[in-house]
Amino acid sequence: MKPAIGALLVCAMLLAISQLSANSVSTRPGLNSMQFHLGGDTYAELRKAPDKAVNRPNPMENDAEAVAAGKLLFADHCSECHGDDAKGGRKGPSLRVSDVQNATPGTLFWLLTNGVVRKKMPAWSKLPEPQRWQLVRFLRSPEAVPNASRDGATKP
Amino acid sequence: MIYVRLTLVLALVLPSLAFSGSVAAQENPYFVAYDHNLEEPGNLEVEYFSTFGTQRAGKDFHSYWTEFEYGVNAWWTTEFYLDAQTTFHDSTVYSGFKWENRFRVLKHEHWINPVLYAEYADSNGTDKTLKEVVGHDAELDYLTSNAEARREHKREMELKLILSSNSKGWNFSENIIAEKNLSNEPWEFGYALAASRPLALKGSATRCTFCRQNFIVGAEMYGGLGDRHSFGLRETSHYLAPVAGWNLPSGWTLRVSPGFGLNDNSHKFLLRWGLSREIKGLDQLLRRLFGAKS
Repeated sequence: MKPAIGALLVCAMLLAISQLSANSVSTRPGLNSMQFHLGGDTYAELRKAPDKAVNRPNPMENDAEAVAAGKLLFADHCSECHGDDAKGGRKGPSLRVSDVQNATPGTLFWLLTNGVVRKKMPAWSKLPEPQRWQLVRFLRSPEAVPNASRDGATKP
Repeated sequence: MIYVRLTLVLALVLPSLAFSGSVAAQENPYFVAYDHNLEEPGNLEVEYFSTFGTQRAGKDFHSYWTEFEYGVNAWWTTEFYLDAQTTFHDSTVYSGFKWENRFRVLKHEHWINPVLYAEYADSNGTDKTLKEVVGHDAELDYLTSNAEARREHKREMELKLILSSNSKGWNFSENIIAEKNLSNEPWEFGYALAASRPLALKGSATRCTFCRQNFIVGAEMYGGLGDRHSFGLRETSHYLAPVAGWNLPSGWTLRVSPGFGLNDNSHKFLLRWGLSREIKGLDQLLRRLFGAKS
C-alpha cells in the first residue's frame, strides 16, 4: 500500500501548494476579478530590454504563414494565462494594451525569451527562435488585436 | 504485487482523464539529463517511464516509475516519483519514492543557464531505474535477488548543478551530480550530458500530428565519477543513448531511447520509453475546488 499512500501524499502536497499560490495573487479593487494584477507597473519589464534586443528585426516579418503558426503557438502556450483573445486572464495581463502593441518586435522577442520569472511569466527559450518570432508576428497582427479593440495604455 | 502496477498505471491515467485542459507540450526527449526549462507555473505534468535492462550472469529487469511534475513558480518546479521494478523470473517490487526540486538561479536567459537541483530519496535496494549513475555503480550491483535487496533501506540526498543552453534550436545540457547516502557513506559523484534539437524549427500553420517540429531527437551520455575517496573514472560505468521525443498536439509526449553500456561495468543494453501528459491550469482547478471566487 506504500505507493497508494505516496500518491495521496503528493496530491495533498500539490493541493496545499496551489492554495498557497492562490492566496498570494492579489486582486485590485474595482477590477474584474478575472483580471491579472501584480501591483506596480505590470508592463515595466518591456522597458528593460537592451537596445540591441529592441532593434532586432523580425526575420518572420514577410513569412506568409507566420501569423497562422503564431496563432496556434499562442493557443498552446500563452492563452492559458493571457486569455484566448489576449485580453488577459487571472494569471497574465492583457497583450492588447498599447504598451505591448507599440513595443518593437525585438522587445517582445526579448521578453518571450527571458520571461519575467520572478512574476510567474516563464522564459520561453525552449521554443526555437523561429517559433518565438512567429508568436511576435501574431501578437502584433490584426488577427490577434483588431484595431477597433486595442486597449489603452495602462498607467503605473 | 499486481497492486503496485495497478497503482502506478492509475496514478498516470486518472489525473489525465480528470483534468480536461491539456496543452501541446514542447518537452525535451531526455530520460536522465535535465535542462533549465522548468514546468510552467500551475501546470502539472504526469509522466510514466520504463527501463528494460539486460543483466549479464543474471536476470533481465523492467523498472518503471511515475512522476508528478508541478510548476510552483516560473523559477521553481517540484516533482514527486514512485518507483517499482520487475526482475524476470524473480518478482515485482515497489522500490521507493523521490522528491525533487529545481530552482532557476538567474532572472534572465544567458548563454549558460544554471539550475540548482535538490532531491530526497527513500528507497530499498531494489531500485533499478538507472535514473542517475553515480559513484562506482556497476552492473554487478544488480545481481542481488529482490527478496534480499529489499531488506536494504536507503535514505539519500542528491544535489545537481544543471547547466543548460538553448542555441539555434539546439539544447545542450550538462549535469554535475553529487549524491550522499544519509547513513555513514561517502559522497558519490556522476555526470550527465545531453543535446537535442527538433527536426524543424518553424511552427506549422496548421495543427498536425506528424509535423517535423513535433519530433525532437538527440543523445545522452551519463556515468559515474567515483566517490570522495576515489574520484575518477576507475571502476565506474558509462552509457551512451540516442533519444527521441514526439510531442503530440493532444498534449501527450512519447519518448524512446536505446542505451548502450560503454564499458564492462555497464549494462550492455537499456531500452527506455516514456509517456507523459501536461495538464494546464491545475492551480486554477484546485482553486475552484477550494471555493475561490472566479
